[in-house]
Amino acid sequence: MASDTAAGASKTAPAAPRSRKSVTGTRTTVAALFLLPALVLLGALVVYPIGYSVIRSFYDQSGDGFAGLDNYRALFTDDGIRTALKNNVVWVVFAPTVATALGLVFAVLTERVRWGTAFKLVVFMPMAISMLAAGIIFRLVYDQDPDKGVANAVWVGVHDTFAQSSAFPKAHPGRESPLEPAGGGAFVTKGTVSAGDTVTLPLVGVAPDVMPDDAKPAAPPEPEADRITGTTWQDFTRGKGVGTLNGVDASELGYAGMRIEAVKDGEVVETATAGADGTFSFSAKADGAQLRLPGSNFKEPYNGLDWLGPSLVTPAVIGSYVWMWAGFAMVLIAAGLAGMPRELLEAARVDGANEWQVFRRITVPLLAPVLAVVTVTLMINVLKVFDLVFIIAPGSSQDDANVLALELYRKGFAADQPGIASAIAVFLLLLVIPVMWFNVRRLRREVRR
Amino acid sequence: MRRTSRIIRIRRSPDDHVTTPLTRRTAAVLAAGVLAVSLTACGGGDDDSGDDDKGGGTEETRTTVTLPKLDGARLQVAAVWTGAEQANFKKVLAEFEKRTGAKVTFVPAQDPIINFLGSKIAGGAPPDVALLPQPGAIKQAVDKKWAKPLGAEARAELAENYSQGWQDIGKVDGEQYGVYYKAANKSLIWYNTQVFENAGASEPKTWDELLTTAQTVYDSGVTPFSVGGAEGWTLTDWFENVYLSQAGPEKYDQLAGHEIKWTDPSVKEALTTLAEIWGKKDYVAGGANGALQTGFPESVTQTFTGGDQPKAAMVYEGDFVQVNIGETEAEVGTDAKVFPFPAVGDTAPVVSGGDAAVILKDSEAAQALVTFLASPDAAIVHAKLGGYLSPNKNVPDSAYPNAVQQKMAKALVDAGDDFRFDMSDQAPQAFGGTPGKGEWKALQDFLKNPRDVAGTQERLEADAAAAYGN
Repeated sequence: MASDTAAGASKTAPAAPRSRKSVTGTRTTVAALFLLPALVLLGALVVYPIGYSVIRSFYDQSGDGFAGLDNYRALFTDDGIRTALKNNVVWVVFAPTVATALGLVFAVLTERVRWGTAFKLVVFMPMAISMLAAGIIFRLVYDQDPDKGVANAVWVGVHDTFAQSSAFPKAHPGRESPLEPAGGGAFVTKGTVSAGDTVTLPLVGVAPDVMPDDAKPAAPPEPEADRITGTTWQDFTRGKGVGTLNGVDASELGYAGMRIEAVKDGEVVETATAGADGTFSFSAKADGAQLRLPGSNFKEPYNGLDWLGPSLVTPAVIGSYVWMWAGFAMVLIAAGLAGMPRELLEAARVDGANEWQVFRRITVPLLAPVLAVVTVTLMINVLKVFDLVFIIAPGSSQDDANVLALELYRKGFAADQPGIASAIAVFLLLLVIPVMWFNVRRLRREVRR
Repeated sequence: MRRTSRIIRIRRSPDDHVTTPLTRRTAAVLAAGVLAVSLTACGGGDDDSGDDDKGGGTEETRTTVTLPKLDGARLQVAAVWTGAEQANFKKVLAEFEKRTGAKVTFVPAQDPIINFLGSKIAGGAPPDVALLPQPGAIKQAVDKKWAKPLGAEARAELAENYSQGWQDIGKVDGEQYGVYYKAANKSLIWYNTQVFENAGASEPKTWDELLTTAQTVYDSGVTPFSVGGAEGWTLTDWFENVYLSQAGPEKYDQLAGHEIKWTDPSVKEALTTLAEIWGKKDYVAGGANGALQTGFPESVTQTFTGGDQPKAAMVYEGDFVQVNIGETEAEVGTDAKVFPFPAVGDTAPVVSGGDAAVILKDSEAAQALVTFLASPDAAIVHAKLGGYLSPNKNVPDSAYPNAVQQKMAKALVDAGDDFRFDMSDQAPQAFGGTPGKGEWKALQDFLKNPRDVAGTQERLEADAAAAYGN
């Protein structure tokens, strides 16, 4: 209704002075003269490049032959471009909505806390960082090595509080070992043992610095009547290799705490744990059994998630984008929030609405125009995302993280396909136009109001 | 000063306020520390170049090449080198400036340099001289009429200092366009001597011995290999060494020219051999996924840091690895040693690479610069700085800073014309030199799934066919 009357007013306004001069009395030539610099700049820097890109997109790789729609056909048949398209859809759907939602939450919450401004400042701060720097930061955050990447450090920390890793992660049988792999990471003796026997279970490959602190030099097993005794130890002497093959040498350490199972017909009949010098013993019950070192001894330390691997790379990069832009959304929404009539909120509260209802039924609907502007602005922004993907995704998963703007760059400057690159550019432009049109229309309506 | 003021403040402030100024202080000190570090890091490079210029000037009296006086001439040189490599090359340019009076600007280019030059030329401002890393790129530059032939002085200098093989790869259709200023010996495996000593391992000469060595190292509790798989070129280099040694030079040349298909049995054999290392559990640092996210520089540094317990014991790559070793505390020759890539077939491979200087804008100054780069004078200046090998046979061994370097240079020059140029560098850019595409990507996928030999071959062949256009 309001816009109707406003539109009516603006229609009648220019109708009044029907002369060649405008309201302020300037001639059209003078107006043109003043507009000229801007028009020339716009023409040279915006219109001409767009026009040239459109023309170039119809020519082949060298730019000499007319290619018709071939470049556009390539757009929808090339695997790389198709992944890029798919990823762009994921980006456009998730990045703006998540950033806006987070911005809304921050804006509403910061309004209520005492240090709201300080908090806003912190959330907004990433906006002051260039995309490139943010990319480098997040390349480190997502580093695979838990000692370097914060994301994996946290993830591994959480994981390890629930599941302990073992002391002998990479231990394995050496040459001519009496042990053989038994599946599931376990090792089992090739033969069976009988009472009165001594058994040696040599392994290699445990780094000296991860050996348990209480490990002592290994002791050779002492035979005992009616019992099976044995030693399990690191059959490797520093600087000398294995030393006596499958025999205990003086400086070799016992595997303190290694668990050993005696297995008969697939059933565990007895278990033992090696002492500090690697010795263990079984009772006569284990007679005729095979000895097994269960896989739990050798469980690899958990190494965290493969953030920048093929499957997680796009969500990971979107995460870094949200980190940057949630602050932007928050500031705009907070501005909208400040301009909101308080009486409505008060009235709702007086009527007995709880905070969630106030938020859901009053705040969000009243903020809808602002939310729409923020989302749409972010959408335009997301369509052209390039730097974050280019920097964060390592070469090996760049294909999986591909987006249109990156593919444009790769086709144009790495694969030397300017025709296809131009076609991608035109396609991106077409994608942005409806969103832009929406934004311009909205802006015009705002102005009229 | 900062520390004293902090102490004073803590003493004076009432107890309940101690924490805030303290933490704030620490933050400020930290920030200042970071700033100082970055500042010194920036300043360091400049200081170095200044010092070494002076040093080079007094010590370097040897001149074998006569250069014209070029006061007032301005030159632009484009190359893809970064970091220490770039800084060292700038010192060579400084020597040229000193001798001729010309002003030379280094233009940092991006890979692939040929496309970088394309946009520069389209913009009407090509650099005068560019260093092209691939023979294929020289041919492309000639085909597009960008490159200008070398003048008589440069050709004479080249004939005097270079073996026929190195001259020939700078030729296109019989005309000399390129001067191979820099060479790379890409058939080397670097190892951490401490780890080898602890494990009692020795330098292998054949592939089987390499596998035994790897097992010995693995038994000692250290992962045998570090692979920088985030950048595909390290993987193609691995493949090329295995292939050249196993299938022989003839097949190598045929595959480089795509005269035989990548589905050839010889490729299958090479990939299967490669999988004996890439595919073995715990043989590659970080596993396949970790390796695919490890950049080349990190693949080197993680091999030579960590004392007795580095992330890996061996790293395969060319002579330029020592530049990255220089970033660690390890000393080349004592802590880090090198052995030639072992023979997989009958003879050990010698795969090399190199950067050729090509003139894009013909002028007296540009010709003079290329002549200078073809002379031993330029190579000696660069050789002293390390991380550089020259195919120039008149560069004395003594010009190189250490024994390892001398050994590599000697091997390269002694190979005479028996070397083979990096295969992926000979292939079209789209196949052999683009991140995330073609051979780079196919071998990255292979590292991830080393059982899929046939599938890898098919992907390689499909990409190769598209790139070679046959």
